[in-house]
Amino acid sequence: MSSPKTMYEKIWDSHLVHEAEGQTPLIYVDRHLMHEVTSPQAFEGLKLAERKLRNPHAILATLDHCVPTANRSLPVADPIANTQIVTMMDNCKEHGLTLYDMDSEHNGIIHVVVPEHGFVHPGMVTVCGDSHTATHGAFGALAFGIGTSDVEHVLATSTLPRQKSKTLLVEVDGELNKHSTAKDIALAVIGKIGTAGGNGHVIEFAGSAITSLTMEGRMTLCNMAIEAGAPAGLIAPDEKTYAFLEGKEYAPKGDDWDKAMSYWKSLPSDDGAKYDTIVKLKAEDIEPQVTWGTSPEQVIGVNTPIPGPSDFDSEGKSKACESALEYMGLEPGTKLSDLKIDFVFLGSCTNSRLEDFRSAAAIAKGTKVPEHVRAIAVPGSVLIKKQAEEEGLDKIFTEAGWEWREPGCSMCLAMNGDELKAGQRCASTSNRNFEGRQGKGGRTHLVSPAMAAAAAGAGTFVDIRQL
Amino acid sequence: MEPYKNHTSVVALMNRANVDTDQIVPKQFLKRVSRQGFGETMFFDWRYLEDESDNPEFELNRPEFKGAGILLVGDNFGCGSSREHAPWAIEDYGFNTIISTSYADIFYANCFKNGILPITVTQEQWDVLRAEVERFPGVQFSVDLEQQMLETPGGTEFKFDLDQVRKRNLLEGLDDIAVSLQAESHITDFEERQKKELPWLWHSA
Repeated sequence: MSSPKTMYEKIWDSHLVHEAEGQTPLIYVDRHLMHEVTSPQAFEGLKLAERKLRNPHAILATLDHCVPTANRSLPVADPIANTQIVTMMDNCKEHGLTLYDMDSEHNGIIHVVVPEHGFVHPGMVTVCGDSHTATHGAFGALAFGIGTSDVEHVLATSTLPRQKSKTLLVEVDGELNKHSTAKDIALAVIGKIGTAGGNGHVIEFAGSAITSLTMEGRMTLCNMAIEAGAPAGLIAPDEKTYAFLEGKEYAPKGDDWDKAMSYWKSLPSDDGAKYDTIVKLKAEDIEPQVTWGTSPEQVIGVNTPIPGPSDFDSEGKSKACESALEYMGLEPGTKLSDLKIDFVFLGSCTNSRLEDFRSAAAIAKGTKVPEHVRAIAVPGSVLIKKQAEEEGLDKIFTEAGWEWREPGCSMCLAMNGDELKAGQRCASTSNRNFEGRQGKGGRTHLVSPAMAAAAAGAGTFVDIRQL
Repeated sequence: MEPYKNHTSVVALMNRANVDTDQIVPKQFLKRVSRQGFGETMFFDWRYLEDESDNPEFELNRPEFKGAGILLVGDNFGCGSSREHAPWAIEDYGFNTIISTSYADIFYANCFKNGILPITVTQEQWDVLRAEVERFPGVQFSVDLEQQMLETPGGTEFKFDLDQVRKRNLLEGLDDIAVSLQAESHITDFEERQKKELPWLWHSA
């Protein structure tokens, strides 16, 4: 009998195309997701080298990064963004690829629309020129981000040369507190292992608190594996996964469905499988999290005072704390509830799904965004926007003083004109609080959707458990 | 990708360490949709004055270094952002060889994807080469990749180390894609097997 394997090892072994002495192993790529920012030079490279695109059926493309969330008609105001959008449309047309353009009712953020249509299944190797491809690990797919020359490589060969990763098991057992979410698990894990903690590893999330998450929650968690340094996160597929996929446009049908199900059920890690590293957290200990610095690992529970350089053992972390405090305009010991915020962003591939809007709306209902605060809600897709409107969530937000926008990546990376001004402080449901990420000089605090909604109502951070 | 050819070429000297990829291609050029034409953006903020005329103070603008195909540069070249625009710019400008004491990992790997030979030398070797270029600006060095030899008119001659797979790929003009396509029969076999074993992957899409 063969030795027990992890889910990662099973997917790796089943995708190994060729291994030769002195060369990097070649693995097969089943699905390739694309957006307008990281693909144009890959298409160009293909053309310059006179190479064919190998498997058009394996590709799904959308427009999301540069898309305006106010006026979506072409041409968009920023001429460079417009060029990227038009180039993507031309490339997809030329190669016969499915593109969810801005007129499509399927348009939205790539990592939101792909699951909506069931394009990625358990056990698939999936790539995209985007580091948040890790999202699709929620379905038990090995999904990771790649650079532009690798995008070209996959277009031409449906393969990638890749070194095998180590495995890191993150086990979260117990029951989450009522107001803690998948986002809080993600931030707590990153706070514990650091942004380099997962370097060279694929993370498998397991434990009762993980299996209790909805598919949306699992996507949020896997999405942020990359912020812990791991190119991919994985969660074993189960009944929730199958129920989510069943009947979706790209899900297997009929006889195929039965065959797929029996394959999917063989994927979870075997009992006794060995991991290179194991980290354990107790769900009960996870409070609503807020980042205070300029790295996702600089994170605390909402009631913890902001740390100072002397709170860190290593010189590197102490120095990083000092410069983060300076950039963020913070003093050690300050309470998060004493910070005045200027902006709230509800959206991004991390937290822009229907469940996120429902939980934020439940808190936003009956509140009023203070005069000095601007709050924007940006759905992850046209479909989510429609569903939210059918449930009347848009009314709850607009009556509370929020702006209800069109879908896109928006202020997660501020490429589309939605951005912070220097010095503005933002409660954001996105994934990166790097310097300048949401606009030059902008100060980002990462939080869950419910915490963002509470901050919007109060003009400062509040412990949603006290509401 | 063009095969790397042995050549004798003018050497441009940049006596600076830790030159990062933000300097090689500043971020205002990253939104372009083409990978061609980045040569004119190379070292943009150092190379041009406010009115976009050439900065006479910048070393690569020295008339003696005109047409240089070899860049002699300080330690840890290409550090910072992983942007592939940096080797695109260097190649487009006309350098196909870089000589330094060390390189950042990602940049080093990206050079081979773009037909650029990054030669690693010891600090002593670097000092000797630098002295020769400073004494005779416009001097031409000769590179023989097959033999892994670098030769100068001043009589310096040495063998440099190189990974043999990378060397072969440069000599044959094989980028990563071409290397993978050498295994194309394996890819086709894999696809045929997958169509039988996991047919829905090929039906539902």
